[in-house]
Amino acid sequence: MTERRDSQSEPTTFGPMNRRQFLTSISLAAAGLSAVLAGVPIVGFLVSPLLQKDPEVWRAVAKVNDLQVGETKEVVFSDPSPLPWAGVAADTAAWLRRTGSQDFVAFAINCTHLGCPVNWLPQANLFMCPCHGGVYNNDGTVAAGPPPEPLVKYPVRINGDQVEIRTSPLPITG
Amino acid sequence: MNRFMDYLKRIWAVVDDRTGISELVGPLLNHLVPPNTGWAYVFGSATLIAFTIQVVTGIALATAYIPSTQDAYNSLQFISNSSFGHVLRGMHYFGASAMVVLVGIHAVRVFLMGSFKFPREANWLTGLLLLALTLGMGFTGQLLRWDQNAIWSVVVGAEMAGKAPIVGDLIAKFLLAGQTIGGATLSRFAAFHVFFIPALIFGFLGFHLFLVIRNGISEPPEPGRVVDPKTYRSWYEKLLQERGVPFWPHVAWRDVVFGAGVVLVILALALIFGAPPLGSPPDPTLIQANPRPDWYLLWFFALLAMSPPSLETAVILLFPLAGGLLLMALPFVANRGERSYKRRPWAVGAVLMVVLMIGTLGVAGKRANWSPDFNPTPLPAAVVGADSGPVAEGAVLFNERGCQNCHMIAGYGGRRGPDLTTVGSRLTAGQMTIRIANGGTNMPAFAGTLSPDEMNKLVAFLQSRTTANPEIAIK
Repeated sequence: MTERRDSQSEPTTFGPMNRRQFLTSISLAAAGLSAVLAGVPIVGFLVSPLLQKDPEVWRAVAKVNDLQVGETKEVVFSDPSPLPWAGVAADTAAWLRRTGSQDFVAFAINCTHLGCPVNWLPQANLFMCPCHGGVYNNDGTVAAGPPPEPLVKYPVRINGDQVEIRTSPLPITG
Repeated sequence: MNRFMDYLKRIWAVVDDRTGISELVGPLLNHLVPPNTGWAYVFGSATLIAFTIQVVTGIALATAYIPSTQDAYNSLQFISNSSFGHVLRGMHYFGASAMVVLVGIHAVRVFLMGSFKFPREANWLTGLLLLALTLGMGFTGQLLRWDQNAIWSVVVGAEMAGKAPIVGDLIAKFLLAGQTIGGATLSRFAAFHVFFIPALIFGFLGFHLFLVIRNGISEPPEPGRVVDPKTYRSWYEKLLQERGVPFWPHVAWRDVVFGAGVVLVILALALIFGAPPLGSPPDPTLIQANPRPDWYLLWFFALLAMSPPSLETAVILLFPLAGGLLLMALPFVANRGERSYKRRPWAVGAVLMVVLMIGTLGVAGKRANWSPDFNPTPLPAAVVGADSGPVAEGAVLFNERGCQNCHMIAGYGGRRGPDLTTVGSRLTAGQMTIRIANGGTNMPAFAGTLSPDEMNKLVAFLQSRTTANPEIAIK
């Protein structure tokens, strides 16, 4: 017959605790500590995208003479550090508009309403969103519909005969 | 033969002795159930069967699906074009729809029969979590198709999450698995769809089933028979002892027959309709996209689209939160009293209202009249009513300048703006000019893009759209 050994039959005490309380505490502490320590790399890996900031790099997207003054064109550039398996998901598009002989503006293609890709209607001289019909003027300002803010602009510079865009995170309007 | 059966029985006796299977399963199968539960009680088990189909078909799909942004679309095409892959994907798709429908009906049945009342409050709460997780599976599963619609749905989802105060930006980046759509985005959603959410479903499902056994299957309600927490348990035990029937097979047969029907319907739909077609290949640089959710979330999509812009953020964030809290509060504020729907008209009214709301908003979401038509068919000469002159040239401008993207004439064009088929009978030329030049809340101003001559031609065309021309007013 197994001898029953618990706090009632064995009133051993460790300071303010009896044996039962001590064993309960040490079990909970051991389980909790090991879970927390093991959880650090797991949670850290999952939330790391929130903490790391991609480097912002300049990407050549067009030659200066590819666009006439007043013309707007879709251009494509790659993310600053694409993952090897990203494929086309590493690419981003922007609307590049030439406003002067040496002046360009680049707009994110994402509508500031809910992020859908805005289309350029050259004959109407407007950007229009396919989702809820948000409309923007050719300078990116809101012309009509639900967008709360103008189209987000990317930094642009001219480097030699190349027009370059500085990569940026997906614009989250908030 | 008898010797063989005896041999099998002896083997089973040893296995059962060492594993305790009978001890585990016996009480579950033989537990007493109130009499006359009927067919209304089959939807919970049918949801479980639909979930089982999802698990099995999902595992089979996972043997060929590659959750990488570069290969996912091609692997889905491979699956869809293989011998049984088309049907397999179809089963997974229709199984998801069945699961959403069945869990919805089950929730309505529990609500209308007051089965959420004492002592089954925790059954209701775990059921709500399972309902939310089911919708989460639907959304993440849609993204795993990784076509053009999926890519932009991720962006829209991230933008919606981004509207949450303080933590919105962090949640958006967590969903994207980075600063923007990239290689890690799809694998993150795949992990959620295949591991994380199913693990939660398994956990809460086990707890839900445990609670069903522990608290007992609710008896069919009768008007006037109220729930009193002080006496209910003893009354229920007495009911079971006097009139209860064993779950197996007296009750379970309906679950099995209905569940088999669910399996056959899913299989038949998959055989007839096959897998949902994939959209265009995924490419964030292709702007021809109009993302929208699968049918079970179309109502919320429509609710957002039809909300005033000033209320939109509140609808995105507060509507699901308030709805969830309201449903969770239900067993705390109404855990006693009348259970029968015949004595709870507000409950019946609430269900009808919700069904009507989801139905009408779902239809509106399917039509999506708020979305412009980017490729409207130019108006035929028969509709324009002229081959040359200002009216004909105005019709061309109407198409080229984007008017037709939002306005319909004689069945041609978008539905975002008012139908202009007979606008000439409603507005004068002056009123039209002012409207076109200055725009409005949902219409851009065209004063800067139309020359006076073009404006006159456009107005001349619109003035010719009158009720006096019925032959050109109807497509």
